Amino acid sequence: MSESSPTPEAIHSDAFLARLMRDQLKLSIACALCFAVALVALPLLNYYQPAFMAQRVFGFTLTWLILGVLFFPFVWIISYVFIKRSIALEDAEAQAAKDGLTK
Amino acid sequence: MNALVAAAGIDPWIAVCSLVTVVITVGMGFWTAGKSKSAGDFFVAGRSVSVGWNASAISGEYLSAASFMGVAGMVMATGYDALWYPVCYACGYLFLLLFIAGPLRRFGAYTIPDFAEGRYDSPMFRKIAVCFVLFIGFFYTMPQMKGAGTTLAYIFPGLPYWAGVVVVGAVITLNVSLGGMKGITLVQAFQYWLKVFAITLPIFVLAAVVGQYQQHLAVNQTAQETTVTAVPGIERKALPAKAPKDEAWIAPFGKLTTKAVDASIAAASTPEEKTALEANKKPYSLLYTYSLIIALVCGTAGLPHILVRFYTNPDGVAAKRTTMWVMILIGVFYVFPPVYGVIGRSLTPELYDAVGAKGTDKVVLELPTLLAGRDHPLLGSVLSGITCAGAFAAFMSTFSGLLVSMSSALAHDIYGRMLRPTSSPEQRLKAFKWSALIVGVVAVGLGSQVEALEINFMVGQAFAIAAASYFPLLFMSVWWRGMTMRGAATGMLVGGLSALASITLTSVSDVAVAKAKKLTDAAELAAYWADHPLAKGIADFWVAHPLARILCEQPAIWAVPLSILLMIFVSKATAATVPADIRMKMLVLHAPEALGLKQEYIKEHEGLGGH
Repeated sequence: MSESSPTPEAIHSDAFLARLMRDQLKLSIACALCFAVALVALPLLNYYQPAFMAQRVFGFTLTWLILGVLFFPFVWIISYVFIKRSIALEDAEAQAAKDGLTK
Repeated sequence: MNALVAAAGIDPWIAVCSLVTVVITVGMGFWTAGKSKSAGDFFVAGRSVSVGWNASAISGEYLSAASFMGVAGMVMATGYDALWYPVCYACGYLFLLLFIAGPLRRFGAYTIPDFAEGRYDSPMFRKIAVCFVLFIGFFYTMPQMKGAGTTLAYIFPGLPYWAGVVVVGAVITLNVSLGGMKGITLVQAFQYWLKVFAITLPIFVLAAVVGQYQQHLAVNQTAQETTVTAVPGIERKALPAKAPKDEAWIAPFGKLTTKAVDASIAAASTPEEKTALEANKKPYSLLYTYSLIIALVCGTAGLPHILVRFYTNPDGVAAKRTTMWVMILIGVFYVFPPVYGVIGRSLTPELYDAVGAKGTDKVVLELPTLLAGRDHPLLGSVLSGITCAGAFAAFMSTFSGLLVSMSSALAHDIYGRMLRPTSSPEQRLKAFKWSALIVGVVAVGLGSQVEALEINFMVGQAFAIAAASYFPLLFMSVWWRGMTMRGAATGMLVGGLSALASITLTSVSDVAVAKAKKLTDAAELAAYWADHPLAKGIADFWVAHPLARILCEQPAIWAVPLSILLMIFVSKATAATVPADIRMKMLVLHAPEALGLKQEYIKEHEGLGGH
C-alpha cells in the first residue's frame, strides 16, 4: 500500500466492512421483501380467490386495476423510501469514518 | 406525386411523421459526432451525464419496440396475463436499484466484462462474460427488427417485411458508428419524450371519441358475470373465431399461460387423457406466471445495454437516483400500451385473424386511424403518424443502445483487450465502427427470420437469458465475498447457456410450426415436415409434454436458482482461490465515495502492475 494513503486502519478492518455491508443489505432486503410479497401474493390471490379478484372496480376487474395501474406507484414508494434511507446511511458512514480519521 | 402516394396506399401524414423522426435521429447522431472524439466519449460519454439526462436516456433506450408495440399487441392477443410484462419491465428496476446500481457504479468499469475481470482479476472470465453481451444482445435485437419490419410494412403496404428490417438496420448502424455513446445519450433522451408523447396523445384523443379504458374493459364479460354489461356509447365489433373468449381474456391464467396445455388437450386421444390435462392446466399456468415474473424482474437487472449506462453516472448516489427516476419515467409510460390493447379488442378485432407483421402487434399503429371513420379523417392520419413516429423512436433507440453495447464488447473487450492489447485509442475507435457494422449486418439477418414470433415474447426471452446469467453474476459478486472466479463462471455459463438452449429450442420449433400453418395443401405440409424432421420432432415433443414446454419456454424458474446454487457450491469447493484483496474490492463496492477508497485501490493495482 502506498505510504501517502490517508485512510485509517479502522476502515480497512473486517468489522467495518461487515457492518457496512450488513446495514446496506438489511435495508435492501427489507425493501425487496415488500416487493416480493406483492409479486408472490397477486398470482396466488388470482389462483385461490378468482371471484374476489374479478369483482368490478370502476369498470376494471380488481386484479386488472392492481396489476395494470396500482402496481407502479406502489413500487415508486418503495424506491423512494430506499433512496432516502440508503443515502442517509451512506452519509452517516462517511461521517463516522471521517470522525475516526480526525480523532 | 400525391396521386402516386395515394395509389400505393401510403398515408402521407404517416410517412412524413416517420420520416421526420428518422431524420431527427440521424441528424442528432451527425451533430454530436463532432463532439465525441475520445474513446471515453464513445464508450461512456465521459461519465459526466446528469441524473435527469441519464434517466431519460436509459428510459429512452429501454422502451423498445416490445414496450411500444408488443405490449399492446400481446394484451390484445392474450389479455390479463400480458400485463405482467409492462409491470415487471418497469418494476424490475427495483432489484437493480436495491442490490446492484450503486455498488456497480462505485467499482468503476466501462462494461460488465470489465467488472467481471476486475472483481476476479481474471482476463479469462472477461472472455466468458463478453459472450453473454452478444447472446443477450442478439436475442434482444430480433424483436426490434420485427418492430421495424412491421412498422414499415404498415406505412408502405406493398413493402415486404424483410425490406423494412434492412432499411432500419442500415440507418441505425450508420448512426451509431458515427456518433458513439455521447451522441446516443442525447438521442435516447429525446426519444424517451417522443415515445411518451406518441403513446399518450393519440390514446387520450381516441378515448375521448371512442370511449375510456375502463369502459372498454367493462364490456368484456367475466366468468362470474351472468350477463353482458352494456356500456352506453361503446360499440363493440364482433370477435372472430380466433380471438380468445371474454372470460378467458379478462381473467388471469388465460391463453398466454395455457397454450402449451391447450395444444396437448387438442391432440389428446382419450377423454381420460383430456381430463388429466385439464386438471393440470391451472397449476401449470401459475408456474408459467411465476417463471415469467422471475425472468422479467431478474432479467431487468442483468441487461448489458442498460447496465453500461450506469457508468455514465458521476457516482453511486447518482446511480441510485437515476434508477428511481427511470422507474418513474417508464412506469408512467407503461400504463398506456395496455389501453391500446383493450380498445383494440373492441374496435379492431379483425387483427386477430391476421398473422406476422399484419397481426395484433400493429394495433398501436392501426387504432388511431379509426378516427377517420368517425368524421375525423385528418386527425386519424396525424395521430397514426405520431404513433408510427413513436414506434420508430422505440426500435431505433433500443437497437442503437444494443448496437453500442455489443460493438463496445467487440471493440473494447475482444479487440482492445484480447486481440490487440497494444492498440492505440484511434485503432480502437476504428474497431468500434467496424464492430457496429458487423453486429448490424448479423442483427438484420436474424431479424428477417422472426416475422412469425411475437415482439414482446422475444424480448421476454432475452430477459430470461439475462436473468440466468448476468443477474446471478452481479448479485452474488456484489454481496458475497466468498465468490470465486470458477464459481461465478460455472454458474453463469451453465445457467445462462441452459436458458439460451431451451429458449432456442422453443423458438426454432415455433417458427417452423408457424411456417407449416401457412401451408394449406396436405401434400405440401407433409413434404415440409419431411424436410424439417428435427423441428417436427421438437414440436411433437412439446405436445406430448406440456410441462417441459412451459419450463423451456420460461426457463427462469429453474435456471436462475441453478445458476446461483452452482455459484455457491463451486465457490465453496474452490474457496482457496478467492481474490487476495477481496476486502479492498468489497470496500470499493460498498463504501461511500467520500472515503476515497477507489483511488487507493487503483493506485494499489497500478503498483502491482494490474489493470
